[in-house]
Amino acid sequence: MSLLALSNVSVRYGRLTAVRSVTFTMAEGEILFITGPNGAGKSSLLRAIAGVTPPSGGRIDFADHDITGRAPEDIARLGLSMVPEGREVFGSLTIEENLMVGTGMRSAERGWKARAATELEAVYATFPILKDRRHTQAGLLSGGQQQMLVIGRALMTNPRLVAIDEPSLGLAPNITDQVYERLIALRAERKLTLLIVEQSSTRAMIVGGRMMLMRGGEILLDGDARALGQSEAMQAAYFGYGDH
Amino acid sequence: MGSLLQVIFDALSLGSLYALGALGIALIFGVMRLVNFAHGDVIAASVFALLWPSVDAVAIIFAGNLPWFLLIPFVLAIGAGLSVASEAVVFRRFRRTNPATMMIASFALGFVIRYFLLMLFSSRPKSISLLPSLSQPVEILGARIPLLQIITIAVTMVVLFGLTAFLRRTRFGLEMRAAAENFTMARMLGVRANRVIMGAFALSGALAAAIALILGSQTGTANIMMGANVMLMAFIATVIGGMGSLAGAVLAGFLLGAIATVMQVILPPDARAFRDAFVYGAVILVLIFRPQGLLSARGTRERV
Repeated sequence: MSLLALSNVSVRYGRLTAVRSVTFTMAEGEILFITGPNGAGKSSLLRAIAGVTPPSGGRIDFADHDITGRAPEDIARLGLSMVPEGREVFGSLTIEENLMVGTGMRSAERGWKARAATELEAVYATFPILKDRRHTQAGLLSGGQQQMLVIGRALMTNPRLVAIDEPSLGLAPNITDQVYERLIALRAERKLTLLIVEQSSTRAMIVGGRMMLMRGGEILLDGDARALGQSEAMQAAYFGYGDH
Repeated sequence: MGSLLQVIFDALSLGSLYALGALGIALIFGVMRLVNFAHGDVIAASVFALLWPSVDAVAIIFAGNLPWFLLIPFVLAIGAGLSVASEAVVFRRFRRTNPATMMIASFALGFVIRYFLLMLFSSRPKSISLLPSLSQPVEILGARIPLLQIITIAVTMVVLFGLTAFLRRTRFGLEMRAAAENFTMARMLGVRANRVIMGAFALSGALAAAIALILGSQTGTANIMMGANVMLMAFIATVIGGMGSLAGAVLAGFLLGAIATVMQVILPPDARAFRDAFVYGAVILVLIFRPQGLLSARGTRERV
């Protein structure tokens, strides 16, 4: 049984079609990289999955629920946590407040406060720098720290799937290494399913897993990250050589 | 000394009204990017809720005879209820439109409320005696300060501290602050858009009702236009405070109150009739030097 299933999903902004009839499924625990050049429709696809831009066609299922056109908060509450491009921290809130925003969706359950506190300690254990600066305004953090904060913030919602848009954007390579190191460790710890959008395929080839190549709103290739990354088909598809 | 104290109290109580009004506008602008021009009419409607509908010159008091501990919650509930209803009936449909469209919708709603009151009560101001015990003066250091002014200032301080505590200490406050900064991100973290927006409207409506109570007691009349002047000044205060910044709105509200009161004192008697022109002149000066407002809010570009 797949955790996430898209069938013929399209996204349009006015007359512009950003995503054309995309179909794929993800199994629980899988790691999937979606790569592709600028303007391929990767972010639009993620925004459709998260409910930010409702798809103009097709159907999206997550955890046995039809989430097509559902509100972002409903989708988040089902356990799909989105980390959008550009990190989007709440700059005037402290680190701890940022982390706590997402715990409210469990507030109807008994003992959620104790669980949120445990969760907070777990996130602090993963990202100690956040604990040291817990009462600092998030807007004052460096890019790498903000990236850790938004990943931690997504984890606080206790998700089954985390979708991350360009985690390496604007980060120094060694910081990107750190972020990925944590992500991989988290995946193993929590059996997280990870959907990661990156412009380049380098990171996917280092980490391994499954990779899809998107271009012009369509998925052109889908396969093992390392095998695909070295193939000529990848190069051709990425840059559009041999287009008809 | 006595007259200086009087000026200070005048400035603070007028500033309190503007600050409460500006807060009501900034709260909604914060979560929805809507400048709610119907706010002034919610103020008027909250006062008229105390009267029985009639077009006679003499007001037929209905809920106005309630003891204060029932009257105040009643009026606050009317303001909050009307404000929440205006969200559910009108503004919800405009959430994905641009801010200009929403603003025009709010003008339209304001006119609907105003003309509804006009139909029920006529345009003649009606004399009411709301909380009459508050109009007696109190002697402080030789100045005679109306008790109502002192209460207005005290109530405003309580509201400001209460709201700050609410926003800083409660789960709902945290969600509101997050939503005000980046609504889409807050929703992706499971924050319910409808709940937060409704909460903002309820708070804003209760603030409008608080203004209604103060104005009603101060002037002793109910007038369908009574909210218009406060609304205009409150709107200006949110602009010079920095749209969406609650602290800025409050600060600018008090600043406007101070400017208006001081102008009243220092302008030559012949020019006093044009006091507002001088106040707006000062507003233009502020905006020339700080177009983003005194305290600019973060994330004003994001909306639902």
